[in-house]
Amino acid sequence: MIPKLSKKEYIKIYTNLIKIRRFEERAAQLYGLGHIGGFCHLYIGQEAVVVGVLMTINKNDSVVTTYRDHGHMIARGLDPKRIMAELTGRSTGYSKGKGGSMHMFSKENNFYGGHGIVGAQVPIGTGVAFAHKYFNDGNICRTYIGDGAMNSGQVFESFNLASLWELPVLYIIENNKYGMGTSVNRASAGSDLFKRGEPFGIPGNIVDGMNVFKVREAAYKAGKHVRDKKGPYILEVQTYRYRGHSMSDPAKYRTKEELEKYKTKDPIQIAYEQIIKKKMASKKELEKINKLVIKEIKEAADYALESPFPEDSDLYTDVYV
Amino acid sequence: MPALSPTMIEGNLNKWFIKEGDQIDPGDLLAEIETDKATMELEAAYKGIVKELLFKDGHQSIAVNTPIAIIDETSNSKNSDVHKKHEKRVKDLNNNIKKNEDSKVHDKIEEKTILNIEKKTKIKSEASNMITMRQAIRDAMAEEMRKNDKVFIIGEEVGEYQGAYKVTKDLLEEFGSKRVIDTPISEHGFTGLAIGSAFKGLRPIVEFMTFNFSMQAIDQIINSAAKSLYMSGGQINCPIVFRGPNGAASQVAAQHSQDFTSWFSHCPGIKVVTPSNSYNAKGLLKSAIDDDNPVIFLENEILYSQKSKVPIDTNFEIPLGKANIVQSGKDATIVTYSIMVSKSLEAAKLVEEKHDIEIEVIDLQTIRPLDKELIIESIKKTNRLVTVEESWPFASIGSEIVSLVQDEAFDYLDAPIKKINSADVPMPYSSVLEKKYLPQVDDIILAIEEICYI
Repeated sequence: MIPKLSKKEYIKIYTNLIKIRRFEERAAQLYGLGHIGGFCHLYIGQEAVVVGVLMTINKNDSVVTTYRDHGHMIARGLDPKRIMAELTGRSTGYSKGKGGSMHMFSKENNFYGGHGIVGAQVPIGTGVAFAHKYFNDGNICRTYIGDGAMNSGQVFESFNLASLWELPVLYIIENNKYGMGTSVNRASAGSDLFKRGEPFGIPGNIVDGMNVFKVREAAYKAGKHVRDKKGPYILEVQTYRYRGHSMSDPAKYRTKEELEKYKTKDPIQIAYEQIIKKKMASKKELEKINKLVIKEIKEAADYALESPFPEDSDLYTDVYV
Repeated sequence: MPALSPTMIEGNLNKWFIKEGDQIDPGDLLAEIETDKATMELEAAYKGIVKELLFKDGHQSIAVNTPIAIIDETSNSKNSDVHKKHEKRVKDLNNNIKKNEDSKVHDKIEEKTILNIEKKTKIKSEASNMITMRQAIRDAMAEEMRKNDKVFIIGEEVGEYQGAYKVTKDLLEEFGSKRVIDTPISEHGFTGLAIGSAFKGLRPIVEFMTFNFSMQAIDQIINSAAKSLYMSGGQINCPIVFRGPNGAASQVAAQHSQDFTSWFSHCPGIKVVTPSNSYNAKGLLKSAIDDDNPVIFLENEILYSQKSKVPIDTNFEIPLGKANIVQSGKDATIVTYSIMVSKSLEAAKLVEEKHDIEIEVIDLQTIRPLDKELIIESIKKTNRLVTVEESWPFASIGSEIVSLVQDEAFDYLDAPIKKINSADVPMPYSSVLEKKYLPQVDDIILAIEEICYI
């Protein structure tokens, strides 16, 4: 039922996982050097979520996500150079240096942000799905939600509207166990997050988000439900962020043991071992990819730092059409 | 010393986890650093060999960007040049910002927007009908929906109920439930949904049953609709109209009687329109629906039933950003909008008869972008100004106009400007107090007499 992955697709998965990891490490470094300012939320540890989902989509589907968006953009096939340029506030960035890490968009790639207010992306993603239905174009909108947003009223308003109007929206809860420093157990009453659509008649499922292949399978089934015009679906992906909530968070609310436990289930390592075991690529081939990715990310950083800052006059553009 | 928080300027090096000569790999812990917010662990970004540690454990107050160690990682030799270039750019940019705080660029943009819209107005027929403002708003929506099938209306009771104030009467019948959409009582949700659909290319008209309920959704209106064009560097515009009754009706008390004009006008990225009669309600709403920006369209419930002549021609539009001289005069100017236009005209008539003077009355029609030129031209002629609005006095539209006039026409003023607003309290229920709360014709007459020294 679920199509088998080709050798090429295994390589695509591995390349994307490693590209996101290396990009985020470089972003952390540039933050430290003062080239990136403000809030910067890294995706390290969660790579398998977006890469697993990536393998199940078509290019006319839309995406709406949170402020932890760098990995989502890379998975969407956007140019790491222009993402890094945005992080460093340059005019060559996706938002001409006016959006920053949390507010990035690419209309031509159907990537509708990058939203800085927790939960606010959920009605918006539901509305993008509304437009897909209105245009009857057969595409779906994937709307990502952090576990922290799952207690926000507008999320449930959206679930109600999406189910009421049978909108083609796939809600993906990235449960990384902490909404900033508050664990899910201390924030969310009741049952599992994926069951929170049940009162609205929205089915849901849960999957191990450290294993990219399991994510792909679950996302494929979930996406098929939505694409078959059966209404919205909620997929909860259990993942873990290795770093703090943002660059300024020392993550003192969790134990080292907990972090180390998750690092033993590292999504890149799991993918690597599977690929080798299934003989989809040799260690040598994967090592070659590692090198190419390091080069690409280095070029992205160089491109960003060599790009010009916006002009003073850019301050006043793009306020009105 | 890495910057590890948005506000960090220096840090303490609590301790090293490495020593000179160590081989390090990405992700290895290097040091524990105390920032202005927390104690953090610093990780290695690349592979390399620790050549030298430049500070010892416990060193305090090291400025951000000061080198704290030397790591040999041969693959990155190009970086230092890049960093030097970057530092020079930052320095240049800071200098430029100090030199050039000229905001005229912004004005030019607004002017351009106005000119573009103006070109759209072209009426072929002079014929008109006497209709209510309710009918004018309905007709504007229906005409735009016929023209463009991306336009749809969404809100509470807009369909089967025919609109809580009957403004959407018969629209469901003509356009069907795909384009006239009844929602649950769920402002936050359906406002955000409509904004998302506008990002994707639709042109929603969101009806708030009253603008009091828009407060449930103000985060979506400001943070999502108004800012996305800017945050996306010009990619994601939001062609949407938020409309509904605004301001005091009659004895619906504090939570259902307030003028939100000043609230929304504060925010760049949205336009704010305040019609005062059927004629401009229709012309302005058609422009608003046709506009590619988010527009707040504030209707007054008391005006819904009042009638005036409205052109039949479906090309009739009034450009946004243009004020209207409702009556011209030479002795004093009243600047006003929405329901206070008719009260101001009444006051002007009485005061003219009483004192043999001529009052100019300006209906702003659009609050943002504000027609600054027309106001300034009028002050240069009359030298006296009263502003009249239903908004609370603190940081009101009148406050903005006072600031504008003292800035651009101070030398033309022959008297201090008088600002008339509602009382600075929540709206009371009792009809006696409600009347006292709202600006009345007598208040306007008194103000004119005061600035004309009569």
